[in-house]
Amino acid sequence: MGLSDGTIKMSFTILPDDLTAAGEASSSMKKMLNQLGVSPQLVKKAAIAMYEAEINAVIHGGGGIADIIIDGQKIEILIRDEGPGIPDLELAMQEGYSTASDEIREMGFGAGMGLPNMKRYSDELIIHSEVGKGTSVKIIVNFY
Amino acid sequence: MGTYFHSVTLDESRCRGCTNCIKRCPTEAIRVRKSKARIINERCIDCGECIRVCPYHAKQAISDPFNLIYSFKYRVAVPAPSLYGQFKNAASRNHILTALKGMGFHRVYEVAKAAEIVSDATRKLIQEEWVNKPLISSACPAVVRLIQVRFPSLIDNIVKLESPMEVAAKIVRKEVMDSLKLSSEDIGVFFITPCAAKVTSVKAPYEKENSNVDGVLSIKDIYLKILNSLGKIKNAEDLEQAGFEGIRWANSGGESLALGTEKFLAVDGIHNVITILDEIENDRIEDVDFIEALACNGGCLGGPLTVENLYVAKTRLKKYIDQAKDKDLPQKEIDKYDDLVWTGNVEYKPVMKLDKDMVKAMKKLETLELIHKELPGLDCGACGAPSCRALAEDIVRENANETDCIFKLREKVRDLAIQMMELEKKMPPVLDKESEPTKGGIEDEC
Repeated sequence: MGLSDGTIKMSFTILPDDLTAAGEASSSMKKMLNQLGVSPQLVKKAAIAMYEAEINAVIHGGGGIADIIIDGQKIEILIRDEGPGIPDLELAMQEGYSTASDEIREMGFGAGMGLPNMKRYSDELIIHSEVGKGTSVKIIVNFY
Repeated sequence: MGTYFHSVTLDESRCRGCTNCIKRCPTEAIRVRKSKARIINERCIDCGECIRVCPYHAKQAISDPFNLIYSFKYRVAVPAPSLYGQFKNAASRNHILTALKGMGFHRVYEVAKAAEIVSDATRKLIQEEWVNKPLISSACPAVVRLIQVRFPSLIDNIVKLESPMEVAAKIVRKEVMDSLKLSSEDIGVFFITPCAAKVTSVKAPYEKENSNVDGVLSIKDIYLKILNSLGKIKNAEDLEQAGFEGIRWANSGGESLALGTEKFLAVDGIHNVITILDEIENDRIEDVDFIEALACNGGCLGGPLTVENLYVAKTRLKKYIDQAKDKDLPQKEIDKYDDLVWTGNVEYKPVMKLDKDMVKAMKKLETLELIHKELPGLDCGACGAPSCRALAEDIVRENANETDCIFKLREKVRDLAIQMMELEKKMPPVLDKESEPTKGGIEDEC
């Protein structure tokens, strides 16, 4: 956490294969934004986008790390994993496209809405992915 | 922010300052200070969870004294459907209603009847294109207040229709005024409540200026009186008006079942409700049009001001639901739901906000997280706050000190002890016997 630069930085660990623990980081983030007095609709946007990214890291990425950086203007959510990576990003961005296993789908996840939702609920979405190395997703939600 | 009325209050003489209530409170609204629990008014949602968990019965719900009914010329009781589940030996609903009336009321009107009207209005509302789905029931005022404090983004999903209690009071008041040519002030309408949240709804409604209800009596307070007169009834009056769909509102899921859609989700128990609201906020609930969320386990039958065990009460209520099914009472239909729409609105209560100024709030949040990191993370509650993070929050709000944490205090004492030991070794020169004073010079000055 930086004290002097007027930003708040927090880091969370995303555990692999634990869907019940997924969402804890976005819950903590939600609490923080509420304490800052960010408007409810923006908190909701950030929460949905982050939750989707977190779930992806759990399902596909074998867990990872979630970093959030808040300054007075925006929140940046950075989620990194060292999973298999996304071979065709354009395809992955399509609604309904999913590579999740049947098991995951039976649990109500993997409907192919993760990335599209992230795009819909963020003001900026930057994805870097390399097959065999991992994926990093940067979500930005502006406060104004 | 105006004044707050709360039904849930503390009896200081009974409170021992234990940590049971602070741990269970869904909005972190309680702190222990000077061995007494203190309720942070703006956060309390009157769910009654603390009343339930307090082992010393120090948490109470303020309702009206029974004698208040006598300040009105004409007295009406409007009982919540949960009342029916409370009595072991009642032969029928009519017996319970007759006993209730016999306590000093001129008339009894079932809230269950009004519940059917609200159900009908909700059925119509759900068809509207413009509503935000899933709609969230406003039947439980504690849940509405929870949304105001913790889930503001869901305010637009709330069903903004009057509650069965309000509708019942309005209908019966009008009927009495018209048929008996009485003025409104002469009529006292009293709600018989299973919970504290409803008391607050009457004393400080969020959806309009004034409630139609004049007073609230808790089931617990009048239970024995009803029980007594129940035994004496020979011929019960025919007072039943509500059908089974209205009575079923006392159960969790009852309101939903009356809607004629399968796309509903019913959740009860305040902590379960929070989980579901979180899921809605994360856009995780699909194919659901209606959410029935009730603060008490089992719904209103599990209210903190009821007498009978929830599961026993459920079985009893089933009897009356079945009886009502056989009786085939006419359902009351309404043309449009407009008359039931709230005149006021619920607003976001940003009580969790650390500061009005975002820049200051940022600074406070930074400090909060730094302090939080240094705390032991045991969430023991010995500091009087429900968790280490809550203590950190209290510290940045200047309502607590770091040394309120017993582990921090111990650390400080230990550091001090070490410092003392070190200081003890250092003697002022005049007392220092070990090193001999050098001769000459000094004596002259003495």
